[in-house]
Amino acid sequence: MSRVEVKKTYKLYVGGAFPRSESGRSYEVTDSKGRFLANAALGSRKDARDAVVAARKAQAGWAGATAYNRGQVLYRVAEVMESRKAQFVEEVRAAEGLNPTRAAAAVDAAIDRWVWYAGWSDKFTQVLGGLNPVAGPYFNISAPEPTGVVAVLAPQSSSLLGLVSVVAPVIVSGNTAVVVTSFNRPIPAITLAEALATSDVPGGVVNLVTGNPAEMAPWLASHRDVNAIDLTGVADTDIAWAELERAAANNLKRVRRPLIVDGSAVEPDWTLSPGLNRIESYLETKTVWHPKGK
Amino acid sequence: MTKFEYAPAPESGAVVDLKPSYGLFINGQFVDGTGTSFKTISPATEEVLAEVAEASAADVDAAVKAARAAYTRVWSKLSGADRGKYLFRIARILQERAREFAVLETLDNGKPIKESRDVDVPIAAAHFFYHAGWADKLDYASLGPNPRPHGVVGQIIPWNFPMLMLAWKIAPALATGNTVVLKPAETTPLTALLFAEVCQQADLPPGVVNIVTGAGVTGQAIVDHHSIDKIAFTGSTGVGKAIARAIAGTPKKATLELGGKAANIIFDDAPIDQAVEGIINGIFFNQGHVCCAGSRLLVQESIADEVDRRLKRRLQTLRVGDPLDKNTDVGAINSRAQLDRITSLVAAGEAEGAERWDTGCPLPEKGFWFRPTVFTGVSQTHRIAQEEIFGPVVSVLTFRTPSEAVAKANNTPYGLSAGIWTEKGSRILWMADQMRAGVVWANTFNKFDPTSPFGGYKESGYGREGGRHGLAAYVTTGEGA
Repeated sequence: MSRVEVKKTYKLYVGGAFPRSESGRSYEVTDSKGRFLANAALGSRKDARDAVVAARKAQAGWAGATAYNRGQVLYRVAEVMESRKAQFVEEVRAAEGLNPTRAAAAVDAAIDRWVWYAGWSDKFTQVLGGLNPVAGPYFNISAPEPTGVVAVLAPQSSSLLGLVSVVAPVIVSGNTAVVVTSFNRPIPAITLAEALATSDVPGGVVNLVTGNPAEMAPWLASHRDVNAIDLTGVADTDIAWAELERAAANNLKRVRRPLIVDGSAVEPDWTLSPGLNRIESYLETKTVWHPKGK
Repeated sequence: MTKFEYAPAPESGAVVDLKPSYGLFINGQFVDGTGTSFKTISPATEEVLAEVAEASAADVDAAVKAARAAYTRVWSKLSGADRGKYLFRIARILQERAREFAVLETLDNGKPIKESRDVDVPIAAAHFFYHAGWADKLDYASLGPNPRPHGVVGQIIPWNFPMLMLAWKIAPALATGNTVVLKPAETTPLTALLFAEVCQQADLPPGVVNIVTGAGVTGQAIVDHHSIDKIAFTGSTGVGKAIARAIAGTPKKATLELGGKAANIIFDDAPIDQAVEGIINGIFFNQGHVCCAGSRLLVQESIADEVDRRLKRRLQTLRVGDPLDKNTDVGAINSRAQLDRITSLVAAGEAEGAERWDTGCPLPEKGFWFRPTVFTGVSQTHRIAQEEIFGPVVSVLTFRTPSEAVAKANNTPYGLSAGIWTEKGSRILWMADQMRAGVVWANTFNKFDPTSPFGGYKESGYGREGGRHGLAAYVTTGEGA
């Protein structure tokens, strides 16, 4: 007789812990063929707010870590994912209905994306900053800094590669993230949370909330203690992202709009080389002046 | 000891040839507006300077169409080098006509001639010269692959630095290959209209720069126009939020340079005389009509009394009056409306229990004036510590430790600028790191340069103006996911 499997309870990842939704709700997650996979926590408005609190608490410490340290932590995520690759491949295959080869390619690319961003941690500052040759006896330097707490609507379709591609560029510079994961494909995100929790990523730097973005996004968009919002995940949903952008104006959040093709929001091709653009979306340039003199 | 009075040293207004009325500048020509024309006055004398056309929505539409046609047919087909040459020409003409611009700016705005002459106009010219050189070098600016212009840019600028803000907006837009519809503030339209003449003298192709005058309704017509690709706005946080809401869900991009409530932080080891000069420059420069003004003075408790004494003594030597007088330090408040705002916030400061002091200096009978004013005993919850006064009023708070200074400095929804005064290098660098502000002046204040990016954190807006960073707001790049 075959062994009875031990099934996992899937929970949120907030402040480095794995709580259930405060709402006590869950929802049924199925694979691409509609077969039952698990009951995931159905995150609520309050869960999203709790995640913002956790992200804010973690932000100064994470931004204050050395760039070298942040780079090593991101690289560590890749290492931990690599050692759990088989699990990720299986979950991505189930969630996205990919064949094993394509699922493996997506997981490989997701791991490699962490490596790509890990390397940026101590480089983007030099690339994007520098000395300004002002017309006067002043030392004048501009350097990018993290904008703070970033709300991320993760892509709906690419459950792991897309997720990593939107989260890594947020945190590499010292921001912390509140992520609403893919509604229908949350399982790889929860496993990613387990990788993050065992990768020296400080608690609260990445917070992953499973559930319905249509329910949580308006609260994140209007939240006064969120500095920026990434709307990538509205693609292929009914979410009126213009409303989210309007709400974001209440405290002048930096808004990363979804990719628009022929008038509608579409999910980007995550296999393309990412470039610097996403890192730049969540940076502020600070310029410091000081007189020179004998 | 005998006190020697300054003799009057007025700059001649004869260099300015004011017309009785001005039209809109659309497609290279001055045309009549179809709105209700309005008068622009000298805030120092309340004399009418000229009658100015108001651009209606139809006029804005004509300006946007001219900008679009110029973009499609001419400007986007020019090489970067040729665009640059037009900008170099403009820079040179601004230098040639610098005194005329300075006098006109002072007449229309009320700021002291020494500021318009030595700051506004020369830096405006420098902005054109700086950006001219970028026009054919954008591929080297690390903006991403294949940088290309948005198209037609709508630009709305405030009244505090009319000519300088025009330069901050138009120079990078043109250098990157965009065309422009710009609206100057309703109380200070004249230098923008004189700039239109400069465009004619420079043979700038018609439609590349269009100037539409008017108030908020005209600005809204620009923001709402379907053929505008990008908005660049400098002004209040309230209007900035309204613009962000208006363009939500559209393809329009925006950069917003908004309000501030900067902390100017004086540590006990600061060179106090220099710091006092820095405090004065920080808040009384341009009558305090400066978004990055050091309007919250944070003084370390152990030197608070000494700073207070020296500051008040020095303030009594400031000369408030005729902006055209070359000895004037503090000019006129830009408008009756602004004077009313300052007056009501100052009244709120008194009502909330802060202690008000002003220089008691005589003020001219006509025009809009406000004495340099210091509030002490200010707490963080007072409106004068939270709201932007945008006038010659400084609120003094104290702190004991660097950490307390940081907490108080950052305790505002704004994040435009900050000042730090200390002789200790490591403290400067630590403090600069802690400030949630886009520009940090250490042992100096209110310095500006075309090569130096300017712009805010948090509710002070987004995007940068100046430097390589400022170009980014005016281009799209080929970058993917």
